[in-house]
Amino acid sequence: MTGEERGPEVGLGDWTPESLDVPGEVRAVVSAPHPVLSRAADEVDPRAKETVQLAADLIATMKVSPGCVGLAAPQIGVGARVFAVDVTGHPKAVTVHGTFVLCNARVVEATRWKPGREGCMSVPDLTGDVKRASRLVVEGELPGSGEPVRLVTDGFEARALQHEIDHCAGLLFLDRVAGAHAVYQRKVYL
Amino acid sequence: MNELAITVIGRDRPGIVADVAEVLARLGANLTDSTMTRLRGHFAMTLICTGPAAAEVEAALASLAAEGQLLATVRAVTPDGDVPPVGEPYVMAVHGSDRMGIVAAMTRVLVDAGGNVTDLSTRLTGALYVVLAEVELPAGVADTLLDRLHRTAAELGVEVTLRPADPDLL
Repeated sequence: MTGEERGPEVGLGDWTPESLDVPGEVRAVVSAPHPVLSRAADEVDPRAKETVQLAADLIATMKVSPGCVGLAAPQIGVGARVFAVDVTGHPKAVTVHGTFVLCNARVVEATRWKPGREGCMSVPDLTGDVKRASRLVVEGELPGSGEPVRLVTDGFEARALQHEIDHCAGLLFLDRVAGAHAVYQRKVYL
Repeated sequence: MNELAITVIGRDRPGIVADVAEVLARLGANLTDSTMTRLRGHFAMTLICTGPAAAEVEAALASLAAEGQLLATVRAVTPDGDVPPVGEPYVMAVHGSDRMGIVAAMTRVLVDAGGNVTDLSTRLTGALYVVLAEVELPAGVADTLLDRLHRTAAELGVEVTLRPADPDLL
């Protein structure tokens, strides 16, 4: 890489949810089986007004859902590659980027795979054992500014990002469970 | 709507699941929860179905059983709804030299602590015996339970671990 070429900015820079500058609306969360959860979502223009509104709605819906640390657009019925994440305060979180939204995100590096049991708001009655990378590098764009960013993270935030990126690809944790005996009835409701 | 508890067990061969599921589908029996697995060369299916009368399913499966070495049982059960959870999910793993009474002794310790086993499988390979159990435990009992499990495991000459299996909601 020459000095002239610059990759995406590492971290969120000065982006905050307030930069969206629109009030978010709490949207209904769709449950499987629903076709929007099973098809690859479309790329979005991160600067478009509807993308900014979608980002605000995702944050608003995530915030009112108890225990929710991430929400992807397909989960509110929108087939767009946008998701919100916030693992702040979670006991398994190490690196924490606070509340953020990424558009058109993709995994560029994934290492140190570890098993863990996941649940999903869109599959409310089941949980499953899924291996996820515990060291992760993701690239995407910020809603509003459209700024390309690169996030380097680990632990629980890495797991949440992979789960949401999967939603944008039309995949549920059910598509990644470790085997025929790795799905469980979920009985404890938050 | 009839709810049926069905078991099918027989010498393992390719096609058992397809054959049984086909018979059930033809009768309009809807396969709800099931586990199907190979146990030492036998294939065992335990399933709950809704739909036709037990006698009808029994007759249809009997015709299948006659062709090979399958044993099927069918009985009507009363759906009684979900059992409320006892508490938090844990996984107990036990392994060691095979001997009589490992499952009996270890699960008794779980029950005495108010636990409820929701899934369990065992494997014997050579001299090694392995037990894996999903168990729901009342809040706050895990530490004292683990002490008791260790004591019982020591008497049996096996190893035991108990770890939380609480899911993370994403």
